[in-house]
Amino acid sequence: MTNRTKINDTIVKNIFLLNGVLVVAVLIGIFVLLVLTSIPAFREIRLGQFLFSASWNPTANFVAPSYGILSMVVSTFMVSIGALIIAIPLGIGTAAYLSDVASQRVREIAKPVIEILAGIPSVVIGFLGIVMVGPFIAKVFHLPNGLNALNGSILLAVMALPTIISLSEDALKSVPKSYQEASLALGATHWQTVIKVKLPAALSGIIAATMLGMGRAVGETMTVLMATGCSIAMPKGFLNSVQTMTASIAIELGEVPYNTTHYYALFGIGLVLFTITFTINMVADIVLRKYQRVSK
Amino acid sequence: MKRRDVDGIIGFWILRLCVAAVFAILIIILYDITSKGIGKINWQFLTAMPRNGMTEGGIFPAIIGTVLVTIITAVLAIPLGMGCAIYLNEYAGDTLITRIIRISIRNLSGVPSIVYGLFGVILFVQLMNLGTCVLSAGLTLGLMTLPWTITASEEALKNVPNSYREGALALGATKWQSIRTNVLPYSIPGMLTGTILGLSRAAGETAPILFTGAAFFLPHLPKSLFSQFMALPYHLYIMSTQHHAISRVRPIAYGTALVLIALVFAMNLVAVVVRYRLRRIKME
Repeated sequence: MTNRTKINDTIVKNIFLLNGVLVVAVLIGIFVLLVLTSIPAFREIRLGQFLFSASWNPTANFVAPSYGILSMVVSTFMVSIGALIIAIPLGIGTAAYLSDVASQRVREIAKPVIEILAGIPSVVIGFLGIVMVGPFIAKVFHLPNGLNALNGSILLAVMALPTIISLSEDALKSVPKSYQEASLALGATHWQTVIKVKLPAALSGIIAATMLGMGRAVGETMTVLMATGCSIAMPKGFLNSVQTMTASIAIELGEVPYNTTHYYALFGIGLVLFTITFTINMVADIVLRKYQRVSK
Repeated sequence: MKRRDVDGIIGFWILRLCVAAVFAILIIILYDITSKGIGKINWQFLTAMPRNGMTEGGIFPAIIGTVLVTIITAVLAIPLGMGCAIYLNEYAGDTLITRIIRISIRNLSGVPSIVYGLFGVILFVQLMNLGTCVLSAGLTLGLMTLPWTITASEEALKNVPNSYREGALALGATKWQSIRTNVLPYSIPGMLTGTILGLSRAAGETAPILFTGAAFFLPHLPKSLFSQFMALPYHLYIMSTQHHAISRVRPIAYGTALVLIALVFAMNLVAVVVRYRLRRIKME
């Protein structure tokens, strides 16, 4: 081996390493730039007021503008949890069927169906919220329009389903076969084995799956922007219009001038959003790793 | 019949209903968009500029804009994603740096798309002073796609048997020579499959391009990388929520939705074909 090829080899290796480090830099960069850009907002806004006041009115003319994001945070969680209430039973039921009951043929059809569902752009789902789900909700509940938290929850459930199904299915499939055999040998029925042995054994994986689904729902922008009606107020119920954190950023960032308190405050919302999804994903990740180690 | 048997029969039917519901959701979505959008699709709709305040004409600039921004996304995400995957799978040991890189990748894939949009506004539009343009939007989407490309590329690299690498090394090749001649040729189709899937998701994204370069309406195509552009997903958003005559442009919105879905699926199809051909080559 000549010296030159050796040097070449080291250079190439370091280029690839640099590449890997870049990914870390992007994650840190996102966090640092969000922090730096939202800091100026807190020269004028008290942090406690920002987080715990529900009054958001940055463009007030005659009174002092107010920057409280509590109603958006509550709306975000309300719509996301509503989505999970729909998506968890449906998703786990589907995953259990596909992993333990379905024939090979059904499984082969289900895989592309779930992939296609995951591939539909969020703006298309949001559009369907306006033209299909909205009118349906309005009709059922006798409302003037169907753009409300319930609509957002239904759409987000559709978007979280593929994540929940495929990860739960993985979790169920990695339950050791011996568990199932032991249960059947003791005289349990197929159904009892699925419900009382396999689901509990796969529980941590399923929890991680639903948390990742939750992370997706909290961070989703276009569907909630289009379907929840977007009115900033403390939500009273699922039939009220709400405005999530993501929707507020999407609506207002296009309209505010650069480098004003309002502009910085929107990055503050982005920082809160980033922190929430980061925490959810980290916890899901830890649960998932722990359970993978156990099952190995 | 015993009670537990009845439980089982009812239980399995509930599970069947869950699966049926998921299938039904997809069928309803596709049926609604296709049946209401197909009437709008013709040559003129695909190749003409919007006219009369976007109430007539076609969506040509939005199609071109989406293709253009996706190309920029690919140019950023493919080499960087493959490079990172090569490092992780071929070079990295179980070191602290490797673990930090892996944690970062998993977290990046969970960062909300609107946060990527905010990041793009500060980094590309303001700090790098590129302005709101197709380049800024493409770079923002590229960063968002990165974790998906890396994961997919690494998966492809893992599928290359170790004996291929060892064979080259045993003959005196350097690490890089063995990767270049014995690993990459066999993993590139797999890498491409995953990457194209990632790009198809990027092509349908709206939130990251809202403030980095997408325009409400432009009477012309983007002239350079530093021009604003129209994009299919943003156009659909405008046509269904922001337009002054929403009910009149509803058919255009349906047509746009159908074209967008068709574009995303076409990219998926390409990925599937690449994967299929790869399998056949392996079998031979």
